[in-house]
Amino acid sequence: MSATQTNEESKYTLTPEELERFGEELDAIRQRIVADLGEADADYIRKVVKYQRGFEVAGRAMFYLPPLWPAAVASLSISKILDNMEIGHNVMHGQYDWMGDPGLNSRMFEWDTMAPSENWKYGHNYMHHTYTNIVGKDRDVGYGILRMDEDQEWRPYYLGNPVYAFLLMTFFEWGVALHDLEVDELVAGRRTWAQNREIAARIWKKVRKQVAKDYVVFPVLSGPFFFSTLAGNAVANLVRNLWTFNIIFCGHFPAGVATFSIEETENETRGGWYYRQLLGSANITGSKLMHVMSGNLSHQIEHHLFPDIPARRYPEIAVEVKEICERYGLQYNTGPLHKQLGSVFAKICRLALPDRKKPAPDPAGVTETPLAA
Amino acid sequence: MSIVADATTRVLRSRLAATLATPHGVDRYLELVNPMWAAHEVRARIVDITREVDVLGHPPVATLTLQPTSTWRGHRAGQHVQLGVEVDGARRTTRVFTISSPESKPGDRFTITMRANPDAPDGKGVSRYLVERAQVGTMVHLSQAQGDFVLPDHVPDHIVFITGGSGITPAMSMLRSLQRRTHRGRITFLHYAQSPQHQIFAAELEEVRRSGYGIDVHLLHPELGDPALSPAYLERLVPGYRDVPTWACGPAPLIEAVHGAYDGSDALRVEYFKPPRVSTGKVEGDVSFTRSGTTAANSGATLLEQAEAAGLTPQFGCRMGICFSCTATKKEGTVRNVLTGETSSLPDEDIRICVSSPEGDCAVEL
Repeated sequence: MSATQTNEESKYTLTPEELERFGEELDAIRQRIVADLGEADADYIRKVVKYQRGFEVAGRAMFYLPPLWPAAVASLSISKILDNMEIGHNVMHGQYDWMGDPGLNSRMFEWDTMAPSENWKYGHNYMHHTYTNIVGKDRDVGYGILRMDEDQEWRPYYLGNPVYAFLLMTFFEWGVALHDLEVDELVAGRRTWAQNREIAARIWKKVRKQVAKDYVVFPVLSGPFFFSTLAGNAVANLVRNLWTFNIIFCGHFPAGVATFSIEETENETRGGWYYRQLLGSANITGSKLMHVMSGNLSHQIEHHLFPDIPARRYPEIAVEVKEICERYGLQYNTGPLHKQLGSVFAKICRLALPDRKKPAPDPAGVTETPLAA
Repeated sequence: MSIVADATTRVLRSRLAATLATPHGVDRYLELVNPMWAAHEVRARIVDITREVDVLGHPPVATLTLQPTSTWRGHRAGQHVQLGVEVDGARRTTRVFTISSPESKPGDRFTITMRANPDAPDGKGVSRYLVERAQVGTMVHLSQAQGDFVLPDHVPDHIVFITGGSGITPAMSMLRSLQRRTHRGRITFLHYAQSPQHQIFAAELEEVRRSGYGIDVHLLHPELGDPALSPAYLERLVPGYRDVPTWACGPAPLIEAVHGAYDGSDALRVEYFKPPRVSTGKVEGDVSFTRSGTTAANSGATLLEQAEAAGLTPQFGCRMGICFSCTATKKEGTVRNVLTGETSSLPDEDIRICVSSPEGDCAVEL
């Protein structure tokens, strides 16, 4: 491992032996939970699915009664959030594959958003979860649009960081869908259109279906309420966009979350991988409802340590992970939503500007030292 | 099916319904209201369970009557069906069972008959669950009927059935269908069993033997001195048997004997049951990659590494068991999860090949 320019001291505070033992302790947790999976986990996810479908049907139905419009939008928003977070994201991680239920299988599940599951699983399950927070490898560091880390070199383009973030938040489902095209890589010439053909075809197919459902067929079916249904569906999608964006940005971007360089993570051991997942993620504290509505991504740390374990287990795992962190003297980044969000938005704005010069030792001796100092 | 039900089905299967239910599909909503409602999938409710054989110290046999959803397209005698049921800890497990009742029309009830597999560990085996623990009212998941081991539409004047053990089931479905069709030709029905107490469908076969028109039923128990299957015995029973259309179904040794006796004759149609494979806990045996047709000696490495060593290029991602990119279907054999040490021997199971290493023979769809 080699220190990067922005890191004066190494992020690795454990010796290789400690790192190995740390990894073994986490492996032991995994083993125990996996062996214990069963009825309770199945009942839970089926209950969430039932609620989600219930909210969805209720929401769609209430558009026929104009005075209930706000309730309809709320109901449909909740449905979409549950579908994307506690069900979709987690099911597509393979958390419920052991149940053998095709309706809850990572290879078959499709979610109620623009991004086709197959594209998303590649970028998310593989690229993001394997190379978490490795700048230059994990495309979720700024999504190829934003500057979210000092190690991303500043360019004048990034002056628009807060504006881009706002636009990404508003059109998040579109952003997630287009993310897999890696347009920035395409522009830079490191990616060809041929590589994108299949990905684009899947996006086009999925987008057509999503648009037909929310913006054509359901509005048409509601007859005289065409426009109110259309608007309601759009607002529900927007609410889901805002919420998911905010939860997801709290997962890796609050202050204190570590990023890593490609060199640092060469020859990484399993313990090292766990270590990076832990230091590269941040949790959100909150109520049980908050955890469900965030798909338990409020336990981003536990999710990154054990992405394929049912998310409802993260709270119980968190107790043990915290204890392990204390013993090894490792940071466990957590805080309430407003604090984590504040920290993220401060970072978005701060990184829009070039980094303040650090007093780096300069061999040529032309350091600009302020006279007044 | 009534006109109303027919119209409902048509609406539920329409493109409009699919558009509204995207991306989950109509069935994901219907099942929450009533598990017997389906537009595409097939499910069934167990409406009767009858013990066929119940001898102390021997695995019991039961016949289950299933009421399928209206999506069931019916079956031809001799076909089988994949049946999935949540066995233990909410894990749906799927096995293939032969249909024992005569040919069915869309939506019709049908029966399956199975012996509880004595080798299955407690709470893991589907057949054990269905025979020993399932209750009337339990829902099961089905495929449509499958298989080419069926009677032709025009049944020849003389046909022969040779079956062993639970291999009698498809032949029973055919025999029952022929009786229902009031078939006027000749039927020779040979069945091998361990002992008379083990005989499935004993009473019905006895009735057929006594009163069936043109049907010779021979129930044989070689362990009690009855003649084993041989060309000489077959020739005595059915002169020129090699040219008589024959359906044979049973365990591998019986089928081997039948193949020997028929010597490549076109008149023979065969279906056999594979014995379950047991984990050896050792690095041995062969790994076969069924899609590419490659086989290699098991090296003990993960299936992904072994596939790559064999020159295949399966899809993969993290190579550490977290991203599920490399998930493939294991057709049979035992694999050990290298992360948890857990072994699993289920057939047709989705596994992550980057963290699964085979123990003994193993076949993967790659």
